Amino acid sequence: MRTRLWLELSAFVVLAAVVVLLPRFVSDFRARELAIVGMYFIALLGLSVLTGFSGQISLGNGAFMAIGGYTTAILSVDGFYGHQVRDLWTIPIAGFVAGIAGLVVGLPALRLSGLYLALITFGIAVSFPQLPKEFDHFFGGTTGKILNLAKPPFGLSTTANNWIYYLTWGIALVLLVAAWLLVRGKTGRAFKAIRDSEVAAVSSGISLGRYKTLAFGISAFYAGVAGSLYAIANAYVNPDVFPIILSVYLVVGLAVGGLDSLFGMIAGAALIYFLQNHADTVARWLNHLPALSLDPQKPGIPSVVFGIVLIAVMVLLPTGVGGLVRRLFGPLTTRLYTRS
Amino acid sequence: MPIAAFTWTEFAQQLAAGIREGAIYAGLALAIVIIYRSTRVINFAQGEMATFTTFIAWSLMNQGLTFWEAFPIVLAIAFTGGVVIERTLIRPVENAPVLTIVIITVGLALLLNGLMSLIWGGANQQFHGPFSTRTIDVGGVPISVQDIGIVAVSVLLVALLALFFRFTKLGLGMRAAAVNRDSSRLVGVRVSWMFALGWGIATVLGAVAGMMIAPVVFLDPNMMQTILLYAFAAAVLGGLDSPVGAVVGGILLGVTITLLGRYVGFIGSTLKLPAALLLILVLLLVRPGGLFGKVAVRRV
Repeated sequence: MRTRLWLELSAFVVLAAVVVLLPRFVSDFRARELAIVGMYFIALLGLSVLTGFSGQISLGNGAFMAIGGYTTAILSVDGFYGHQVRDLWTIPIAGFVAGIAGLVVGLPALRLSGLYLALITFGIAVSFPQLPKEFDHFFGGTTGKILNLAKPPFGLSTTANNWIYYLTWGIALVLLVAAWLLVRGKTGRAFKAIRDSEVAAVSSGISLGRYKTLAFGISAFYAGVAGSLYAIANAYVNPDVFPIILSVYLVVGLAVGGLDSLFGMIAGAALIYFLQNHADTVARWLNHLPALSLDPQKPGIPSVVFGIVLIAVMVLLPTGVGGLVRRLFGPLTTRLYTRS
Repeated sequence: MPIAAFTWTEFAQQLAAGIREGAIYAGLALAIVIIYRSTRVINFAQGEMATFTTFIAWSLMNQGLTFWEAFPIVLAIAFTGGVVIERTLIRPVENAPVLTIVIITVGLALLLNGLMSLIWGGANQQFHGPFSTRTIDVGGVPISVQDIGIVAVSVLLVALLALFFRFTKLGLGMRAAAVNRDSSRLVGVRVSWMFALGWGIATVLGAVAGMMIAPVVFLDPNMMQTILLYAFAAAVLGGLDSPVGAVVGGILLGVTITLLGRYVGFIGSTLKLPAALLLILVLLLVRPGGLFGKVAVRRV
């Protein structure tokens, strides 16, 4: 157990070093791409706490990202009672607004389990994009809202993309530590107990209601922060910025990362970004396989590639990247002979 | 949206349209329930599988076949396709956690959706159904032949399926496998193949639903996405493991949302889906097992 702690700590230090140094070696555009990966990472951390640790499935976290994004947009464009809020300060507010929405959604989670919950959260993901269209006065309808372009504060001399990168990954690292402390502590143990057996957890004095709703709130908070950053980076929000499929992609990233592996979520986040934006590259790789010739520019290619990768990962690597790493390091972290 | 004056004739027409919608939901919901009962897996690819088979029907009809000539061929392809998918994708992970299998079906949905765009393009296609759209007079209310045809085909299909599950050895074997795997295996039911059979039948149900709804809406790769959600809602409404519930839930949902969309101005057409989901949520809070479902007693 001790060794595992050290491994995790050193992994974190390495990660932090890479995060700080990476922009020196990549182009400005790559920094922006990496920033977006960081946003998916944040959203996935929250989803990991919810699904990987407390065992509740959500197919609706894209909607919480949308809530975060819209909160930031409305606060920084229309302002709060006429006072426009600086985009930086809207990030925590967006997190809390989404978090509260998550708590509300978490309430029915008490009575619904497993697939019923998945369906209801999927319903939320599908219904949410309708709201901005219906209440266009408040949300800006299908055209959405245009934000001010993000620029570095306090007179820092760095490019906008590098600023977004450092902002996102700075927040991501803080939230990673927060999630790590959370799942190691009392709350995390309660989550895991609920995941493994609800009845046994209740018998040990764990309040199901409190912890299940809390898990939803936390995951929605993370998604809200991610959505807020996404809105700031894009400088606009509309219903298409947070499409329904985003919620599905998040679950894909979660599964690929390995449900209860916080570090694994980086792999999941990278995959979501890469497949969405570079599916044509993957199609070119796949063309090297015999008897396959895909036209990388065709419209269906991203979905086809996403689908194939997803199925392949799930069949070959059911515990995700996190599970694979854990198995590789297994010999280091477990005793050869156990006393039990 | 201004609401025209209420007439009983129009109400009856809306009711008929609702039942037609409901018949489609019921078909797809039944497909979901058949797979769920046997393996506890919700098949998120059900809609895409239905659209895919409908596209096959469309291609066959472009080759000069009539609808009723293409129909049995498509059903055969659908059945084979469903069995093959179960054998190749689901069977290797049969004992994995449910979430793994659900994610595989999500991957399958993405894959099929992309394939449809690749093969047939993303544009809307006109699909000529077997029934004419002219109306006939039913007790003073004009109702389209198409609506009546869709409902008739659905009823026939459900009846056939009910007979299959009640009176054939194979159907009974499938039900047994769904209830208790181990005991079924002991009495000689080939449980694993029963699941494959379930996928085949579910795909056939989806194909019929797709070919019935395609003439009403346009045929495109995303045709079934909203319909699938309603079908999920219908299945949940009826209780996920009850076939009767799926049919009743489908019809009930179809009628309810059609009437809500027509007569409650605030809901209109954009808020139909949220309204439907809210209804389901409320129902589930009151009756967690749905209308016909059983609430399982859990043991530690």
